[in-house]
Amino acid sequence: MVALLGRGSIFGAPAYFMGATLDGTASAVAEFSSGDQSCRKADWKSPWCNRTYRRFCVGCHGEMGDGNGENAKWFETPLFPKPRDFQLAVFKCRSTPSGTLPTDEDLADSIKRGFDRSNMPSWNTVTNQERADLVAWIKHFSPRWQTEKPGTPIVIPPEPEVTPERIKAGRDVFARVQCWKCHGVQGMANGPSAPTLTDDLGRPIEPFNFTIGARPKCGDTDKDIYRIFMTGLDGTPMPSYADNIKPDEAWDLVFYLRTFMSQHSVEKEMAKKLDLKPVDPNAPPPAAP
Amino acid sequence: MRNRYSLAAAVSAAALVCCGALILSQNVSAAGDGKITGSVKFQGTPPHMRGIDMSKDPYCAKAHASDPAHIEEVVVGKDGGVANVVLYLSEGLTASALTGSNGPMPVLDQHNCVYTPHVTAVDVAQEFKVTTSDQTTHNIHPNPNPMTGNIPWNQSQPPGAAPIVKSWKAAEMIPVQCNIHPWMHGYFAVVKGPYATTDESGDYTINNVPAGNYTVTAWQEKYGTQTAKVTVAAGGSGSANFTFK
Repeated sequence: MVALLGRGSIFGAPAYFMGATLDGTASAVAEFSSGDQSCRKADWKSPWCNRTYRRFCVGCHGEMGDGNGENAKWFETPLFPKPRDFQLAVFKCRSTPSGTLPTDEDLADSIKRGFDRSNMPSWNTVTNQERADLVAWIKHFSPRWQTEKPGTPIVIPPEPEVTPERIKAGRDVFARVQCWKCHGVQGMANGPSAPTLTDDLGRPIEPFNFTIGARPKCGDTDKDIYRIFMTGLDGTPMPSYADNIKPDEAWDLVFYLRTFMSQHSVEKEMAKKLDLKPVDPNAPPPAAP
Repeated sequence: MRNRYSLAAAVSAAALVCCGALILSQNVSAAGDGKITGSVKFQGTPPHMRGIDMSKDPYCAKAHASDPAHIEEVVVGKDGGVANVVLYLSEGLTASALTGSNGPMPVLDQHNCVYTPHVTAVDVAQEFKVTTSDQTTHNIHPNPNPMTGNIPWNQSQPPGAAPIVKSWKAAEMIPVQCNIHPWMHGYFAVVKGPYATTDESGDYTINNVPAGNYTVTAWQEKYGTQTAKVTVAAGGSGSANFTFK
């Protein structure tokens, strides 16, 4: 716990807020349990509404939620992405289509998961109630949450069984939608477009390298990987493929992507047996089925 | 008694509303047929249009093998006309001029790894279409300021993909780019009410302008905006010329 906190510079937060958290009585917690509403409408400046934010998040994300906390200047892109600017309400990890607001669950999941290869640790140390409070507080930074509803989460069909045919089909999808333009034909983040990528604010950003044993930013389960390319990572060059990859094909692609990853997997074994070659970048992309 | 009175009041109110709507709709059709014409010229030597190296994508490079593409930040025609300038009415618009005054759905096509047109003008809330004619994957990534109410999105279009139909919520000049082909850079010019875009002649005509006093604004992506005051009589035409240098 202490090691985790050390990275987040809670020491910059006023001591009385830490005191408030420690002294938190059961009655005060109950008062806040309606969380979302009470903080948005009534006295959202009360220490109760932002105590968790001020304790753990303010050091990087800043008092105004604009990602300009006192530690932000030490983050060097693209190795370490800058803290999210909550005033823009643009989020990478969503279950909702590109250009829509994420659900509360998406935000809570991101807080819980943390972001691999960034300075955002996994906050699975806070309680579910505290995470809900954080979500409410994050949402108060942008007026978008008052005027818009979160998008409708995409429907993910149940995961089929992995077969060599599906892995081969996944390779075709990979070639057709040209993932390799950025991610490279072997998933090594060395595609022809990789060196020029920037995020929405013009800062350099790298495509995901599947081969270094890292976890994808928005989760490493098969479902997470499915969601990543079907919703896109807003604010980054990664677009949504929801209109161009059918749900069944999407699972094929997930299985093919697994074959790049350094971790042992059924998919990797099968690909080895199939003796699958990387796609040919000079061949014209296969037509849609 | 009271009931009967209120009924009468309601009936007359309804009649008034009907008449009002009728008059209003007549106003729209009668007054919306004026126009503003003019031209946008460049003074001096136009800036050099830098060439684009498309060798990273063989498909794009092949398409431009004999006709190299250039950065279209400032496009000046043979006679000094400035292309891709968007002209719109920044002041003086009344509610009647704001709706339905612009014609067919604007289309942004990705053709040979270039945005055609470079600047796509649309009315606020008017639907537009993004299509691809290329045998290479593009991603369409408009990057508006989320503070304005326009929301950034990012969608892919592999070869043969269906068109994307969208609209914008607020007036803003929105840069759009393809991250896969970083030279592909254009704009959605989202404006309120009637608008026009220039071609290389620099000439323009804003149609469907109701009678009134207007400020016409000419927007060019590098040089910014210029304005002119124009008066349009019912069914008549006004004129405004602009010079960028």
